[in-house]
Amino acid sequence: MSKILLHGTEAICEGAIRNGCRAFFGYPITPQNEVPEYMSANMPKIGGVFVQAESEVAAINMVYGAAGAGVRAMTSSSSPGVSLKQEGISYIACARIPCVIVNIMRAGPGLGGILPAQGDYFQATKGGGHGDYHLIVLAPSSVQEACDFTYLAFDLSDKYRVPAMILADGMIGQLMEPVELPPMRALSDIPKKEWATDGRFGEKRRVLNSLIIKPEELEPHVNEMQKTYEEIAKTEKRAEKYMTEDAEIVITAYGTVARICKSAANTLRKEGIKAGVIRPITLYPFPSEAYEEAAKGADAFLSVELSLGQMVEDVRLAVNGKKPVYFYGRTGGNVMDESEIVAAAKNALNKARAGK
Amino acid sequence: MAKVFEKTKMLTDTPLHYCPGCTHGIVHRLVAESIEELGLEDKAIGIAPVGCAVFAYDYFNCDMQEAAHGRAPAVATGIKRCLPDRLVFVYQGDGDLASIGMAETVHAAARGERITIIFINNSIYGMTGGQMAPTTLIGQKATTCQNGRDPAVNGYPIRVCELLATLDAPYYIERVSTHDVKHVLAAKKAIKKALRFQAEDRGYSFVEVLVSCPTNWHMNPVDALRFMAEETSKTFPLGVYRDKSAGME
Repeated sequence: MSKILLHGTEAICEGAIRNGCRAFFGYPITPQNEVPEYMSANMPKIGGVFVQAESEVAAINMVYGAAGAGVRAMTSSSSPGVSLKQEGISYIACARIPCVIVNIMRAGPGLGGILPAQGDYFQATKGGGHGDYHLIVLAPSSVQEACDFTYLAFDLSDKYRVPAMILADGMIGQLMEPVELPPMRALSDIPKKEWATDGRFGEKRRVLNSLIIKPEELEPHVNEMQKTYEEIAKTEKRAEKYMTEDAEIVITAYGTVARICKSAANTLRKEGIKAGVIRPITLYPFPSEAYEEAAKGADAFLSVELSLGQMVEDVRLAVNGKKPVYFYGRTGGNVMDESEIVAAAKNALNKARAGK
Repeated sequence: MAKVFEKTKMLTDTPLHYCPGCTHGIVHRLVAESIEELGLEDKAIGIAPVGCAVFAYDYFNCDMQEAAHGRAPAVATGIKRCLPDRLVFVYQGDGDLASIGMAETVHAAARGERITIIFINNSIYGMTGGQMAPTTLIGQKATTCQNGRDPAVNGYPIRVCELLATLDAPYYIERVSTHDVKHVLAAKKAIKKALRFQAEDRGYSFVEVLVSCPTNWHMNPVDALRFMAEETSKTFPLGVYRDKSAGME
């Protein structure tokens, strides 16, 4: 297969379209406007639905309706807009409606800034809205992965009836890279959804609902959701390990930041320091086993993020006190360069060896 | 014995939870009967709101989705755009539709979504215990305006039919009432028309139905009906606010 040069947002759209997404609902916000723009141009060509919603709130509820009717549906936004969607995501999670939500993260909090950030990790992985629920969260670090993970997200979401999120930083939204596109999947190839409310009358009618007013019914329902998360944790954890086998210092980062970390690890190796990188691909479920394994040999871990320290909490839980875990982050839309990571890694290693 | 009446098969056998004297149940029946009479049972998908009608998904005997508070028109948009040959109906109260969901209400109408909205106006928040609604009448008492709605503090009631009638897209908008048999029959006619217009792919249809709330108005059911006839319908005049079929049928 030949590769074509694609923008990260186009790759997300193609990954969706090629895996049967036939409904897109969105609202303008920088830096992800190219997603709804691409969908507005391309959905009608394949018999799909595009609606520019009146708000993020309306967009996610349109997804609720469309995905509830059995159609593969997606919405995209950037951080402040994803905050607005949280109500709808909580309802979707409870009603067990599969769908895909894309968050091209920008700097926050508040209106923040429009440049790349990773400050929405907690929101994406710990629930985000109210109540006990999780999303399947995939973090691409290249344009190819933006396409592949969006494609995968639809399958995982359908399989488990858990909404999936593509959590990408603003760099993915703006990059252009060569991509090999997956073939267009026939809609007839996508398993039929017996639970979907696509119009049925009488005894076998179906109801999609998140109101379970009797406590003796709500508890088993959320327990059932929890069981699904445990099953996902068993089968769907994904991480990339880069030179971790003999690493003294394990740097960890997700998304595009992991690419800078790999360059830093190469530089550190040239200087005689054995550095490796763990890049979580699924942020939920968090690939904790990769850290447990690395903790056997490494002296220290360093979590590098475009935030003030969010994923580092999951890294600490995974390492579970066996080795020290340090943090280096930038915010406000500033991206660290390789030399900053090299310095932070050396500093982490020194501290660990000094017992600090 | 000759059978003179039969419950519509578009309603389940679940007992309604509505308070004595509330006319929500009548409107459920009007909607259900209309769908059956139009022969659209197999095409109907309903959206339940948050509020007194939150359990509507237990009553309508078809596929149902329960929406978040105020979001029903957006949910309906998602379904109808993907399944344009289905009959998508939305059932919402005044807090849901005219307060928290006003943006979804106005924009679904402005886009001319081919859906039917049944808007229940009882000028109060019933389910939560009688708070002021966007449709509470001037002077009408509620738990959050205990001396009566004061325009200086609470503003004025919103007339949704009139507001939506400023938009170009809606095909049919009518306000009806349930305070006596004559008006219930007229309400049935309007609801059936609205659903038929959707089935004929003519456009967005909206029926506002005035409903009583004896419990939160602190009246007996008869006085509540009288109040609707004498007071509610003064603030919310009954009538057709848009009918693009006028003169065509």
